[in-house]
Amino acid sequence: MRGLGLLPALLMLPALVVHADDQTALIRMVRQDCGSCHGMTLKGGLGTPLTPQALSEKPVESLIATILYGRPGTAMPGWKSMLSASDAQWIVSHLQEGFPEERR
Amino acid sequence: MLTRLVGLLFVFLAGCAQVPLRGTGDLGLIIERASGHVTLVNTSSRQPYARIGGLGDLSHASAVFSRDARYAFIFGRDGGLTKVDLLEARIVKRVMQSGNAIGGSISQDGRIVVAQNYTPGGIKAFDSETLELLAEVPAEYAPGSFSKVVGLADVPGNQFAYALFEGGEIWVSDFTDPKRPVTKRYPAGLQPYDGLVTPDGRHYLAGLFGEDGIALLDLWQPEKGSRKILEKYGRGEEKLPVFKMPHLRGWSVAAGRAWLPAVGRHEVLIADAATWKETGRVAVKGQPVFVMASPDGRQIWVNFAIPDNGWVQVIDTLTGKVVQTLQPGKAVLHMEFTPRGEAVWVSARDDNRVVIYDTKTFQTLGGFDVDAPSGIFFTSRAARIGF
Repeated sequence: MRGLGLLPALLMLPALVVHADDQTALIRMVRQDCGSCHGMTLKGGLGTPLTPQALSEKPVESLIATILYGRPGTAMPGWKSMLSASDAQWIVSHLQEGFPEERR
Repeated sequence: MLTRLVGLLFVFLAGCAQVPLRGTGDLGLIIERASGHVTLVNTSSRQPYARIGGLGDLSHASAVFSRDARYAFIFGRDGGLTKVDLLEARIVKRVMQSGNAIGGSISQDGRIVVAQNYTPGGIKAFDSETLELLAEVPAEYAPGSFSKVVGLADVPGNQFAYALFEGGEIWVSDFTDPKRPVTKRYPAGLQPYDGLVTPDGRHYLAGLFGEDGIALLDLWQPEKGSRKILEKYGRGEEKLPVFKMPHLRGWSVAAGRAWLPAVGRHEVLIADAATWKETGRVAVKGQPVFVMASPDGRQIWVNFAIPDNGWVQVIDTLTGKVVQTLQPGKAVLHMEFTPRGEAVWVSARDDNRVVIYDTKTFQTLGGFDVDAPSGIFFTSRAARIGF
């Protein structure tokens, strides 16, 4: 969950390199912290829905860039101070498939 | 056989609703955002006394209380509106009133509960007794364009003030005739994100996300229109990423001044509550989310957006300085003062814990485990304007 993400570097990443502990933390972050705008069920709130229906057709790179750098003119901030490029890639691929629930 | 008899006796007693006589002034509830439960609490014993499930998606849920302070109305994110009896610890009534909601309010006379909705954008008014729909005001700010509604507050005259995120306006709907509300519109600015009414019910403030500043409407003289205060307080210097929208709900008027979260900046802004001119700023640990005044106005408690959401800071309103920095737990989401403010309850979502502080000594008075606690709401809100 640390480190400054660099988008070009991401394209060279061989595969998803997010460890299990980090995955748990990422799931929690997406459900809880992204959820404060996008809704805990990710169906949208002040932010847009993050459901597979809403995201599956969108290009992966632009979604990753949105997470890391935000969307100017909207309330979406860039999360690069808290998420690495591989974190963002992991989040995007899982959002597009249907994001996992937190283990409770 | 005996067990069955005891069981029958229990059913019989429950059927008679044998609730011991007691008031509700020291009761309240805690939202468990992830599990669709609320935990009912007692601020005298500092303990939970019941837990109720089946309230749906409670992320960003909030509650208001009936004027007899017996019933709580809980507004869920999924559009569920649930009426809970605090004495019998049960759900009295539950309706799905929209697809995506963000809170609500109760009228001055206690007869109307109003929900504010994102989808479809607008407000809906319900009879507080039956939860029967009375009226709705779609937030159609231009033909065919609907806005998300934020910052709903009850204001005197059985009116409700609220702001339109996309519409950039403040609306005031008068429910003198509950089935035929009359709405007036005022310009606010770019992307109002939340609102509050001052404790006297006179001024409605809408915080702006899309520009630096706050829109202010004097409800005693609405014909004079809205104006902007705290313009250009600094976010424009460099648009800062905002990791959580600040919340304006909560009385943040204390010691003759309004204490307001700066959007993006690690600052609390202070404005004179008579002239509405900026009188100072307090540097704080992170991006403020809640900036809440204690009932006596002596202290301001502040929590923060991620990644500083493990901290809480306390500002002394006399000196305008941070006098205490606390670490109540992981992911502090909300704080609620006891009715007269001797203690404050703090929810730490990721520690699954509510921690209670003495506001004089800052020592911990107690605490207990709750599943992913978020909002904490005490019945003292029943008698307050804007709560």
